[in-house]
Amino acid sequence: MSSLLELHNISMVFEQKSGLFGKATPIPAMVDVQLSFEPGEIVALVGESGCGKTTLGKVVTGLHKPTEGQLLYQGKDVWKMNKAEFSEYRRSVQLVQQDSYAALNPMRTIFQSLSDPILQHKLVRSRKEAYDRVCELLDTVGLTPPEQYIEKYPHQMSGGQRQRVLLARAISLKPKLIVADEPVSMIDVSLRMAILRLMSNLNKSLGIAFIYITHDLATARYIAQYGRMAVMYLGKIVEQGSVHDVLAAPKHPYLQALLSAVPVPNPRIAKAKRELPLKSLDMPSIMNPPSGCSFHPRCLYASQTCEQTAPSLMPYGNTIVSCHHVEKVPQWTIATVK
Amino acid sequence: MNENNIIEIRDLSIEFKLRSGTIRAVDHVSLDIPKGKVTALVGESGSGKSTLASAILNIVSAPGTIKNGSIFLNGEDILRYNANRLRHYRWSDVSMVFQAAQNALNPVMRIGEQMIETVLAHKKMGKPEIIEKASQLLDYVRLEPGRVLKAYPHELSGGMKQRVMIAFSLLLDPQLVILDEPTTALDVITQDYIFDILLKVHKEMNITMLLLSHDISVVARVADRIGVMYAGKIVELGETFEMFENAKHPYTAGLIQAAPSILDDVSENKSIKGSSPNLLNLPTGCAFHPRCEFSTDLCKLEQPRAISVGKDRLAACHLNEKGEMLA
Repeated sequence: MSSLLELHNISMVFEQKSGLFGKATPIPAMVDVQLSFEPGEIVALVGESGCGKTTLGKVVTGLHKPTEGQLLYQGKDVWKMNKAEFSEYRRSVQLVQQDSYAALNPMRTIFQSLSDPILQHKLVRSRKEAYDRVCELLDTVGLTPPEQYIEKYPHQMSGGQRQRVLLARAISLKPKLIVADEPVSMIDVSLRMAILRLMSNLNKSLGIAFIYITHDLATARYIAQYGRMAVMYLGKIVEQGSVHDVLAAPKHPYLQALLSAVPVPNPRIAKAKRELPLKSLDMPSIMNPPSGCSFHPRCLYASQTCEQTAPSLMPYGNTIVSCHHVEKVPQWTIATVK
Repeated sequence: MNENNIIEIRDLSIEFKLRSGTIRAVDHVSLDIPKGKVTALVGESGSGKSTLASAILNIVSAPGTIKNGSIFLNGEDILRYNANRLRHYRWSDVSMVFQAAQNALNPVMRIGEQMIETVLAHKKMGKPEIIEKASQLLDYVRLEPGRVLKAYPHELSGGMKQRVMIAFSLLLDPQLVILDEPTTALDVITQDYIFDILLKVHKEMNITMLLLSHDISVVARVADRIGVMYAGKIVELGETFEMFENAKHPYTAGLIQAAPSILDDVSENKSIKGSSPNLLNLPTGCAFHPRCEFSTDLCKLEQPRAISVGKDRLAACHLNEKGEMLA
């Protein structure tokens, strides 16, 4: 059986022109990405701003046509599909965006925003049926009683409630995969867990696969605890594996540095003196990526090989890592104060 | 006034008159900011921490008004300062690093010109002298002064702009620097080294800090003391280790439980139920009672007072009055 969705050597290069007659500079947002998603699984895609994670989300949902490589949905090339197949793919792969306020039309009620897609795709036959279905959807995402929310406008709801509406809209079309791009980064910390738990429940009860795109390793670990994780740096995947294996023994020097920088809600650990395992703190510009391994200027273990040749993803232990010196990199640990 | 404190806030209330009613963003708050320490205020959006900080600089702007209370610096109430004295107080005594550094810098002026302008607005000083001071500070926050002084804000990354803002705040050797969400919207690696720099400034230059943040994980590393704000009130205050290991207010305990970590058992994480209160229509009694798992009838009727629950510790929760401590 083929995977739900496969990315084969996908690259996405944007072009930026400076001035009217200026030369176009290529911006390689994704470079040679190989990744597949199985039905019903949760994959966390982690990286800092500018690493290409949002671009990957947009390629997966068909909003960007990749400049190189193939995107397969249930074994078929998305960009060679006929109209009916493409429409089926677009219905089955949904996107939930970061800014819930911008993603909802401020002039339309929740009922209007939620009933349009199901009427359009003929999942319900009448307005009356649509009303019942929207109530059911609001109930599923925990906006109960639905009558209290269905006639509201987006500005009358909190950020957490709007994010639930976006999830309701995403599941209304009975998708097989939802790409959630930083769905909780604009929500108060005290409410984040509830939204993440809702996504994990939708995954279990409806069997929908999720790609959770985030910069936050701690929430990635929370939602995808039994799933997989892929870590991106400057457009490339540098480490990939089950969340448990990746976090139990992170191998790529970049992932080790990233983990060391994550704030820990425990002063005994947070106050322990330590330095980030990095040579340089600033990320190089994606418009001018370093030669060889793009992490080499910041890496403590870099050698001449790293400056010249780019490593490829190779299995090491239980995970897949893209590093020439993976055997040399010491085990990652964290210090505590007594 | 206790001489160990730089600032003492007493019974401060700040109101905003809106078309739909009056909001009390800061509600009878008293707080000491002790010399040589990092004090943090933690609270969700709308809890009043930024409004409280703007009062310390006396820059509460319309429609906000300070209804009552005092803020003492060396025994003098800064809310009664005249314009001249205020100009000296701002930046020379207390300075601030504002949230979203990209918006705090003028996009059409070079960083060097902006630094000169800032100093001259508060103090008489020669330009070469200012440039020398600015260069030292930029170097101190690990930037290249030669390049940055000539740069426009758009030529700098988010992390660099935030370091420029830190250099700005130190220009006039203040005693206290207020940091309003200094790393929100920055990547974790950038956030980590911004706090490295801030801790260096705090220790080596002996500058007292007041840090405002919505994220209790960030605060755990930097703060010596933590005050937790909810609906305009400080509901718990204490030393950092004490707060994390023995929270006396259910909201503090909830915030700690809601913070995901890369280390602990994820099954122990949980959200606080409900959502932040509407300040136009606050719950009766304790504002937190609809979200609190320990709330009783008393909590619906009566506002708890902040009482001492240990050395230098305060908590405003009826549970403590009855001697029932949180587990």
